[in-house]
Amino acid sequence: MANNVHAQSTATAVLDPVIAPGHDFETVTEAVAQIPLARRTPLGWVFGFLIAFALLMGLQLALGNLLLTGIGIWGNNVPVGWAFDIINFVWWIGIGHAGTLISAILLLFKQQWRMSISRFAEAMTIFAVACAAIFPIFHTGRPWLAAYWLFPYPNTMGLWPQFRSPLIWDVFAVSTYATVSVVFWYVGLVPDLATMRDRAISTFKKRVFGVLSLGWRGSARHWHRYEVASLILAGISTPLVLSVHTVVSFDFAVSVLPGWHATIFPPYFVAGAIYSGFAMVLSLAIPIRAAYRLEDFITMRHIDNMAKVMLATGLMVGYGYVMEAFFGWYSANQYERFMIWNRMTGPYAWSYWTLISVNIGMVQLLWFQAVRQNLKLLFVVSLFVNFGMWLERFVIIVTSLHRDFLPSSWGMYYPTRWDLLTYFGTIGLFLTLFFLFMRFVPMISMFEVRTLLPQAKVKPEHHGGH
Amino acid sequence: MAHAAPHENPLYGVMAEFDSVQALVDGSKRAVAAGFTRMEAYSPIPVEELNDIIHKKRTKLSTLTLMGGLTGMATGFGLQYWASAIEYPMNVGGRPYATWTAFVIPSYELTILFSALTAAIGMFALNGLPQPYHPVFNVERFSMASSDKFFLVIEAHDPMFDHGATTRFLQEQGAKGVYDVAA
Repeated sequence: MANNVHAQSTATAVLDPVIAPGHDFETVTEAVAQIPLARRTPLGWVFGFLIAFALLMGLQLALGNLLLTGIGIWGNNVPVGWAFDIINFVWWIGIGHAGTLISAILLLFKQQWRMSISRFAEAMTIFAVACAAIFPIFHTGRPWLAAYWLFPYPNTMGLWPQFRSPLIWDVFAVSTYATVSVVFWYVGLVPDLATMRDRAISTFKKRVFGVLSLGWRGSARHWHRYEVASLILAGISTPLVLSVHTVVSFDFAVSVLPGWHATIFPPYFVAGAIYSGFAMVLSLAIPIRAAYRLEDFITMRHIDNMAKVMLATGLMVGYGYVMEAFFGWYSANQYERFMIWNRMTGPYAWSYWTLISVNIGMVQLLWFQAVRQNLKLLFVVSLFVNFGMWLERFVIIVTSLHRDFLPSSWGMYYPTRWDLLTYFGTIGLFLTLFFLFMRFVPMISMFEVRTLLPQAKVKPEHHGGH
Repeated sequence: MAHAAPHENPLYGVMAEFDSVQALVDGSKRAVAAGFTRMEAYSPIPVEELNDIIHKKRTKLSTLTLMGGLTGMATGFGLQYWASAIEYPMNVGGRPYATWTAFVIPSYELTILFSALTAAIGMFALNGLPQPYHPVFNVERFSMASSDKFFLVIEAHDPMFDHGATTRFLQEQGAKGVYDVAA
């Protein structure tokens, strides 16, 4: 990688190294470790944190009112019985997928560029899953009773949850996903926490990092078991991440509702999840690398690769939209045909066509290297993709429900201000957690980035004579 | 401090500091060739070769994880089968009680959950973590083992261990410094 020293101009971005030249073990460690160890909190951090925290307080307010008043404060009602709660749930869960994809699937494929972005992509996953969990838990209205309805625990009548229901599958899939993501993240953090312990100056930080690093000392035996464990975790997270959004799509696909009852849903949902997840990673990485001057570790190569993954998954999602329309026509079923026609021309046509123009139209910009190398433009594109994927769930859920089989049951859905406050509140929760993460946790995996350096290489056995 | 009378002073071993991963690997190879058996290498990055050179055997973590995963699968399937077909069989539209196809999904998720927890907890447990105290931390320079320095410790209970000779041996391997490790 050292021979790519000159690869700075945008035209040769493909050759950009995954780590800028001139680094050694110490400079890598210092660049990352000094951020959480700094005594002074940057002003920009304080400013951003306050905005995020204010939104989080909005979430408190919205959920407090929900518990006191009941779920009637939300706008969903027959025929649109599922609305913002499930739209936002699916949106957040989807965003979470990029973290596991980067840390697990790209590890199995030995993609070195994943190393410097995996830590914060995994953090993003955990925080996104936490935001997602808010919706199914609170839509029960009485979350302290939800354990009876969600977890395999019989109620007072001895009745168990319905194991044949996709909603229960979802509980298993999402809670497994949350647990495994946290475990994977923490296992990845331990050697870096040991570095923090060894570099901290204040006794308090030394103690905290000391306890969290569990006494890690980096012995050959430790590392051997560690590497085996990481590989196993990556290996089992790969089928996990693919199964999670598949199971989420079963919530829809297993029903008999036109617009939901489609076999394309599992792969189409998984592609959409990765698409929105990479958009969120880009939306976070672009400002962070500039704010913390991490351009040496998150190079244009990373940005370019992520944009390409976004393009590829975006095209799969686009294929999904085309197939939905095709199925509606080819099914020869009047309800299916009406549904897709209504989606395109009915009262929610604006949402469908906005979705198509973002996720099929705008994403084509990523074919051009000039766009992939233009950080400002790419940042805007990634925000639009996040918006587009939110809109996709809105279209799938609301337009499929609002025209019931009988015209007498037709209706419209309008979110209330509590719906909106809950949604923006979860964005506040996500950003608050992310700001805390940036301030207190090394956000790039130091030990993995060190292994990218030439001095980490050992000469092969048969040349090793002295 | 530890220079006087090594046999009375509790000594964990002798630690050599190296500047590069290559020097550590070469040093470990020569220590093994010289006949030392109780030693450990410490590095800020995973170095696959070191385990093969020093410990020569692979961990049984993979087998443990497989067993954890199978336990998870059996738990998931057993729980659903027992609850739906034995404990509270409920007739919903004449469908069978033991609908195994539907039970596959929670069983699959529990397989993954149990394997992941076994892999992570097993790794920490086999490594003896959490471990609040270890003698290597008594050496001040060892704080660099998590940043950019490499260490080889020959332990005092090695049959070949001799304080003076082992120190000299490590110095000859190109160590940047050799330190006594208090137990």
